[in-house]
Amino acid sequence: MGCCVPETPGRNAIEVRGVRKVFGAGEAQVAALDTVSVSIRENEFFTLLGPSGCGKTTLLRLIAGFDFPSAGEIMLYGEDIAPLPPFKRPVNTVFQSYALFPHMSVAQNIGFGLEMLGKPKDQVKARVAEMLKLVRMEALANRRTSQISGGQQQRVALARALAPQPKVLLLDEPLSALDYKLRKEMQIELKRLQSETGITFIFVTHDQEEALTMSDRIAVMSSGKILQVGTPRDIYDRPAERFVADFIGETNFLKAEVTGAANGRATVKLSSGVEIPASLPAGFSPSGKVTIVVRPEHAHLVAGNEKASLSGIVENVVYLGTDTHFHLKLDDGDAFIVRRQNARGGPVDLAQGDRAGIIIGGDAAQVLKD
Amino acid sequence: MASAEQVATQAVRRDIRDRWLLSAPALLVIFFAASGPLLIVLVYSFLTPGPYGDVQWTFSKEAWTSVFLERDIFDDTLSFASAHVTIFWRSLKLALMTTIATLLIGFPTAYFIATRSEKSRDLWLFLITIPFWTNLLIRTFAVLQIIRNEGIINTALIKIGIISAPIQILYTDTAILIGMAYVYLPLMVLPIYASMEKLDFRLVEAGYDLYATRWQVLRRIIFPLVKPGVIAGSILVFIPAVGAYVTPSVLGGGKNLMLSNLIELQFGQGRNWPLGAALSITVMVIVMAALLVYVRNTGSSETRHG
Repeated sequence: MGCCVPETPGRNAIEVRGVRKVFGAGEAQVAALDTVSVSIRENEFFTLLGPSGCGKTTLLRLIAGFDFPSAGEIMLYGEDIAPLPPFKRPVNTVFQSYALFPHMSVAQNIGFGLEMLGKPKDQVKARVAEMLKLVRMEALANRRTSQISGGQQQRVALARALAPQPKVLLLDEPLSALDYKLRKEMQIELKRLQSETGITFIFVTHDQEEALTMSDRIAVMSSGKILQVGTPRDIYDRPAERFVADFIGETNFLKAEVTGAANGRATVKLSSGVEIPASLPAGFSPSGKVTIVVRPEHAHLVAGNEKASLSGIVENVVYLGTDTHFHLKLDDGDAFIVRRQNARGGPVDLAQGDRAGIIIGGDAAQVLKD
Repeated sequence: MASAEQVATQAVRRDIRDRWLLSAPALLVIFFAASGPLLIVLVYSFLTPGPYGDVQWTFSKEAWTSVFLERDIFDDTLSFASAHVTIFWRSLKLALMTTIATLLIGFPTAYFIATRSEKSRDLWLFLITIPFWTNLLIRTFAVLQIIRNEGIINTALIKIGIISAPIQILYTDTAILIGMAYVYLPLMVLPIYASMEKLDFRLVEAGYDLYATRWQVLRRIIFPLVKPGVIAGSILVFIPAVGAYVTPSVLGGGKNLMLSNLIELQFGQGRNWPLGAALSITVMVIVMAALLVYVRNTGSSETRHG
């Protein structure tokens, strides 16, 4: 996914500058967003990822215009839209619950936005037909929204939000109500719609897998702050903070000591005394004790403890079909998981109780800021 | 030994019997409190009036003839009873205006309450229902105190200097309308609130998101979805308003006869019970017809657009 984003940033569709959002007053004041700044590029599939209560939906609602920021600016193609009501913003939303109008048919729902914009009737009709085709719902145009399935409602909600050709489409966890198989289908469908329409998508989710699969770039949020912005590969391979590393995928955290750092690379000494290279977060030059992360599939196991970065005892072997997880207890007492892809005729599996060495390759380790 | 079929038949019979037993109290109430008396009214309307009130058990169509027709006392010719028609029209117009007034005030009120936090909603509902706790007559006299020439409104307006002499509100149609709107407002607010409370306000957000202005959101999204409440409220206000007695009498000063006054007259001084009965049934039929037309029209308007 990361491959398709040009290295030189395109125009910014949305620029959030120092936005704060405070709910409540006095003692009960809660900052849902704590001075957030982020730029979202034109035609980008941008995801706000984080656990519930991290402020991702608040940020989306501020961009949509349902709430107004306590401080800061929200620029849409260079124009501050923060003070505008939602019906004056060329931005549409796909709601978590879809929020389809129950007293209108599928076609009436899709045409509503265009109708409100005062488009002529034949133009609305043509656009509705086009949208129905885009989401493959032609056959159900005259159904009531209560007469169609959850997946179909989802498509109608998408078509309704896309019909007025918004400059930015906001999606608030739109897939969370669907079952697993349908969700997988809709993920592909959403990607297709985004590339076909060329509209900038801002997608909110708490599902890291969803975020990794669909996004051009991801912003990981926690407690009202954006912790890291990057391509899925960046976020996964080069998490800058413990929260990011922990929230996305499985990770091994290791204690280490920095012995040298230059040009974004560092040499760290592990608890075993072995020194390995590690990457540094941008603009961060640590010294002394740090935490490094190693993804389970980025480490390799060898029998015995020769030439290994770390060594320990295999405590548990979990066979998962496509791969096997080895749970190790390191010599310093920490836990470490290695994931190995299963292949016919592969190396002989280690068994529980065996002593094994862990090799951490040249690009596998990442130093965290915290 | 009973066959399975017989057992099943017995079970069905028992089921039917139990159902009748369970619904018996309701059926008794409906018969003795609603349909029964109505039947008596219908029978009375076809009898001859007694000299001191009551009825004589002789069949007569006279009462029905005199609902909209007048018999000349000298030559017995029939002519159109314009007085009755005027009274009917006056009462229906008042009921209609009361319904519209309560709708105009009640809809925003219900919206206001429904959009409060759950805790304060209860408080507002409580405030709306407080007038129910007081006797209607006393409430009406309270309104009288407010709008009379020496009342709060006129005194205040004179004090501020907007007017120099009191505006005559009391004993006018405006006074009646004010009183009626006040008395029947809760009956409009509560059903609309009940509908509004069930309204998913995310739909309102979706409307704004799709470029609908506040007015368009109200007209195209909120109103169609709370329409059942609006219809229920209108019916609850319109029906009793047609037959309102106390409020028009006290605030209107009895200058203009209302339907209720007319009917009361027949059972009191007029000593013409059959005519009173016939008038009552006529009112009922007119109200039912009006409501039928109303529900039909509002019920189908939404499926037309698009």
